[in-house]
Amino acid sequence: MSAPQPLPTLEITALEKRFGDTQVLRSIDLKVANGELVFVIGPSGSGKSTMLRCCNRLEEPTSGAIHVNGKPMLGITRRDLDRMRLQVGMVFQGFFLYPHLSVLKNVTLAQRKALKRPAAEADARALEMLDKVGLKHKASAMPGELSGGQQQRVAIARALALDPKVMLFDEPTSALDPELVGSVLKVMRDLREGGMTMIVVSHEMQFAREAADRVVFMDGGVIVEQGTPSEIFGNPRSERLRAFLSRVSGEAA
Amino acid sequence: MDTIINAFFNIDIMRQAAPLLLKGAWVTLQLCAVVIVLGISGGLTLGLLASSKNAAVRLPAFLFIDFFRAIPPLILLILIYAGLPFIGIRVPPFVAVCIAFLLNNSAYFAEIFRSGIKSVSRGQTEAARASGLSPAQTQAFVILPQAVRNVLPDLLSNVVEIVKLTSIASVVSLTELLYSANMARAVTYNSSPLVMAALMYLVVLWPLVRVISRFQRGLSISS
Ligand SMILES: Nc1ncnc2c1ncn2[C@@H]1O[C@H](COP(=O)(O)OP(=O)(O)OP(=O)(O)O)[C@@H](O)[C@H]1O
Ligand SMILES: [Mg+2]
Repeated sequence: MSAPQPLPTLEITALEKRFGDTQVLRSIDLKVANGELVFVIGPSGSGKSTMLRCCNRLEEPTSGAIHVNGKPMLGITRRDLDRMRLQVGMVFQGFFLYPHLSVLKNVTLAQRKALKRPAAEADARALEMLDKVGLKHKASAMPGELSGGQQQRVAIARALALDPKVMLFDEPTSALDPELVGSVLKVMRDLREGGMTMIVVSHEMQFAREAADRVVFMDGGVIVEQGTPSEIFGNPRSERLRAFLSRVSGEAA
Repeated sequence: MDTIINAFFNIDIMRQAAPLLLKGAWVTLQLCAVVIVLGISGGLTLGLLASSKNAAVRLPAFLFIDFFRAIPPLILLILIYAGLPFIGIRVPPFVAVCIAFLLNNSAYFAEIFRSGIKSVSRGQTEAARASGLSPAQTQAFVILPQAVRNVLPDLLSNVVEIVKLTSIASVVSLTELLYSANMARAVTYNSSPLVMAALMYLVVLWPLVRVISRFQRGLSISS
């Protein structure tokens, strides 16, 4: 008898997504273990964002299954979906802080309205999370007064305050000026060290080398290849991955 | 020159007409309060329906909005006041005005709210929904506050239009400001009461108009 498999924190099974006639995802299978950081790379249009967005159903999968801690994300009522979404934190390329609310209110809104936390508890939790991303002193600022890097860190705090089981990052640093990227990556590195389960779509290959447990290469809506960072970057097996890596390193140079 | 002053700016006549006009102004004020609240409530509801993803909800809302924006409000009012008795419903002038204004103002407010909602980026909805907020919570706490802020000058302009438009209630003999002024004019054979009524509108609306253009200038500088 084999040892019982620990339950994956996030499990994607036979995920398909079509937009009209275009098949964007074809039979994606991916298990993310507790505390694992999975880094997703692939050319533009390969379906990376769509896969992430299917995980919390910002996109509706055409078929397949998504489970978070063994609980289904699909085939449930809207109320249950709202509850499940609390367990899946999402960070967008464009931050999407609420511009009419202070930084503190950005971080407390869903705590109060979706988690139904009392105000004092939500405030305390928000300040704790803002401290974690180094922005406690900006609690009363408005989002428009912050730099892009600061806004993204508030967005991370906003997601963390809901105690998610897994965090999804869709190109969190792509909209940032180069000098601001580091501060966001540092927060993500801290998170990983704190044991957060994460899926990160990004072009920051250096970050992948240092922080990822596993790198997944997508192309044409399928996972072409996956492995440790040293396997993927040091010893790519498929021609498509080799071509992608040389193109990316060419751009970086 | 003297004849003009005598016919339009006759202080004595204005003084005589003042009590009647103040009574009329009070009716106008009450009417404004009711129809603005009705119009904003109806317009917000309709604007939300017109922003729905569901075409079966959206299209009737659009039809309503287009229809009542295209009908002259004066005709609408007369039709309601003179037409309802034919189907056995007798309504006092005040109620007829409220119904006509509800239909007309809702359509205008709806169009403003709809464009405000549309001006809020899709990412705002996605961020809110991804954090577990329900569709209603997302509207109430994330989308609408931004939408209203983005169209505040248009909303206020529409309020100014409505205040002026309440003068059409005089055609169904509602004793609001214009009706009272016109009555005073008929009694005194002098147009000064009308000028006085116009001045009363001006005193109330001018500050509001100033605020609006302030807003609009502010917006165009920041954008
Ligand atoms: N709402 C949509 N309707 C139609 N097609 C879409 C939609 N969203 C995405 N697609 C298509 O799906 C494909 C995958 O898109 P996706 O955004 O997932 O790619 P990606 O790997 O994230 O690319 P990028 O690196 O540019 O962000 C693309 O061909 C895109 O045009
Ligand atoms: Mg993408």
